Amino acid sequence: MAELRYREALNQALREELERDERVFILGEDIGVFQGAFKVTDGLLEAFGDKRVRDTPISENTIVGLGVGAAMTGLRPIVELMTVNFSLLAMDQIVNHMAAIPYMFNGQARVPMVVRMPQGAGHQLGPTHSHCLEAIYLHVPGMLLAVPSTPADAKGLLKAAIRDDNPVVFIEHESLYGAKGEVPEDEDHLVEFGQAAIRREGTDVTIVGISRMAITAQEAAETLAEEHDIQAEVIDPRTLRPLDLPTILESVRKTNRCVIVEEGWPHGGVGANLAALIQEQAFDHLDAPILRVSGLDLPMPYSKPLEQLAFPHAEQVVETVKSLF
Amino acid sequence: MADGLDEAREWLATMLLIRRFEERAGQMYAKNKVGGFLHLAIGEEATIVGAVRAMRDEDYLISTYRSHGHAIARGTDPKRVMAELFGKATGVSGGRGGSMHMFDGERRFMGGYGIVGGNLPLAAGIAFSSDYRETEEVTVCVFGDGAANQGTFGETLNLAALWKLPVVFMVTNNQFGMGTSLERHSAQTDLHKRGEGYGVPGLRADGMDVGDTYEVMSEAIERVRADRTPILVEAVTYRFAGHSMADPEEYREKDDVKEWREQHDPIKNFAEKLEDVDLEALDEEIGARIDAAVEFAEDSDFPTPESIYDHLYVDG
Ligand SMILES: Cc1ncc(C[n+]2csc(CCOP(=O)(O)OP(=O)(O)O)c2C)c(N)n1
Ligand SMILES: [Mg+2]
Repeated sequence: MAELRYREALNQALREELERDERVFILGEDIGVFQGAFKVTDGLLEAFGDKRVRDTPISENTIVGLGVGAAMTGLRPIVELMTVNFSLLAMDQIVNHMAAIPYMFNGQARVPMVVRMPQGAGHQLGPTHSHCLEAIYLHVPGMLLAVPSTPADAKGLLKAAIRDDNPVVFIEHESLYGAKGEVPEDEDHLVEFGQAAIRREGTDVTIVGISRMAITAQEAAETLAEEHDIQAEVIDPRTLRPLDLPTILESVRKTNRCVIVEEGWPHGGVGANLAALIQEQAFDHLDAPILRVSGLDLPMPYSKPLEQLAFPHAEQVVETVKSLF
Repeated sequence: MADGLDEAREWLATMLLIRRFEERAGQMYAKNKVGGFLHLAIGEEATIVGAVRAMRDEDYLISTYRSHGHAIARGTDPKRVMAELFGKATGVSGGRGGSMHMFDGERRFMGGYGIVGGNLPLAAGIAFSSDYRETEEVTVCVFGDGAANQGTFGETLNLAALWKLPVVFMVTNNQFGMGTSLERHSAQTDLHKRGEGYGVPGLRADGMDVGDTYEVMSEAIERVRADRTPILVEAVTYRFAGHSMADPEEYREKDDVKEWREQHDPIKNFAEKLEDVDLEALDEEIGARIDAAVEFAEDSDFPTPESIYDHLYVDG
């Protein structure tokens, strides 16, 4: 094991996969000469040259579409979008093309590619640069969806995504790029899609945390144990498609209570969907309504005090959990 | 050139005001008074003042995330621009938008936008509205060289030409889109020629020369006002500072930046052309205005927590 930052773990995954498979190449805005807006692709242009690591013009829809075409003809593109907000410009290529093509052509064409991008609030980037949009991508059938929260998962899931024959939307979190953690050095360290991680065991309540909120949920769980004598079980689904529902259900059947924490908007959110799935399958095991903690229902404000109110912190999770008892 | 010496002095003063505002904004960012991304227009002042002074009061301006200067040139009080950077309720967008999202409807500054290329379709809509309402208004739409590669560029130029919309598309070619130089992001580096195939004629201005930018923009705006059909103006300039505050600038040569700063400074060069300007006195006066702006921003209140949902929907 080596201690790495989340961004370094991603960089290692890209490096190893570029090394391993000639068909893999990366394209994106300012990923080469500039070394990446968040430095995830640092050093890759020097190491692999501009055939494999390509700076593109600012043309999100077209660079994703170019990736789709290349994937249909035998390559394995990784498209970096600077942030999830800009992926909205590429929605057409992602939804109408990347995700639909395998099905639409009856399996005759495959689209083995990854679209990577970070999301998240907390840096005062305001209403066009701060959102968490995993729920939008969760809505779309035909592609996989990863939301890693630790360096080890970032690496293992990215490598698995690159090797997968399905299109993958891979959502990183801006606030986690500097976070450190133990990362296996094995070049075949893969984290299988559809395997949730139980971050903390507990008997009183299940807290499911999405993306960065898996970390926030763990903080809340520590406070709940220390100050309120509540033992929370914290689950990080790691991938939302496929979703490891059995692990979540098993936990809820044990704890009989569930809180879902996400940074995105509440309506049509990941939590709304998950709450529906849980109540459909574990209704008899619930002692309380499933509650959600989410970002506020508004575009992210710039002003620091407002922004801090607009996305969840551990205190809100603690309060929400307490309200169940 | 400016009609009179007073006008020329006013251009100089406005360029200097923008320069000093930007410098102070950078200092405030370093002190953590300003958050998020801060994109400064240092070096690009002539493109701003030349364009805005060629406009009438009733004309519309729409710009990007690099637009403190556009607001200031249009007449917005620097106090309210600074307060926006501080995230205060007295800011131009009430603290909701920040540096990237300035707005001043009263002065027909229809906003700065954080999505590259996002403002072009809006400009077409504003111009459409001007014709629909049977006015003489013209819209000036400012965007960067990098933004010319978005799909909205082609889509908007075509529609504006087809429907004969009164827009001056002004590409502020500062020769970089973030860390990607013009020749690495655009096959056609003469950006004013980019409109020809769409039926949008192009003009080029020296964006380091406020007089030339004014001339070219005046010609474009008045032609568009009369003919009600779009023109593309390329103002060639150079970004003296980093793309934003978090830019180590490893993608360009320090010597190039130095040469541009020393040889082509739009403020220094314009001041030298004018007789009888006391740059020092002017600077002192502007310094006091910037001090007052910072003080105002500092003393203003943050928006209250209760106000967080205000304006999400129109009530009543
Ligand atoms: C759709 C979209 N993609 C990417 C970005 C990130 N970004 C912000 S500014 C910028 C460069 C834009 O360059 P240019 O249009 O030349 O304007 P300049 O910054 O030079 O003024 C990029 C890539 C963004 N804000 N929006
Ligand atoms: Mg530029």
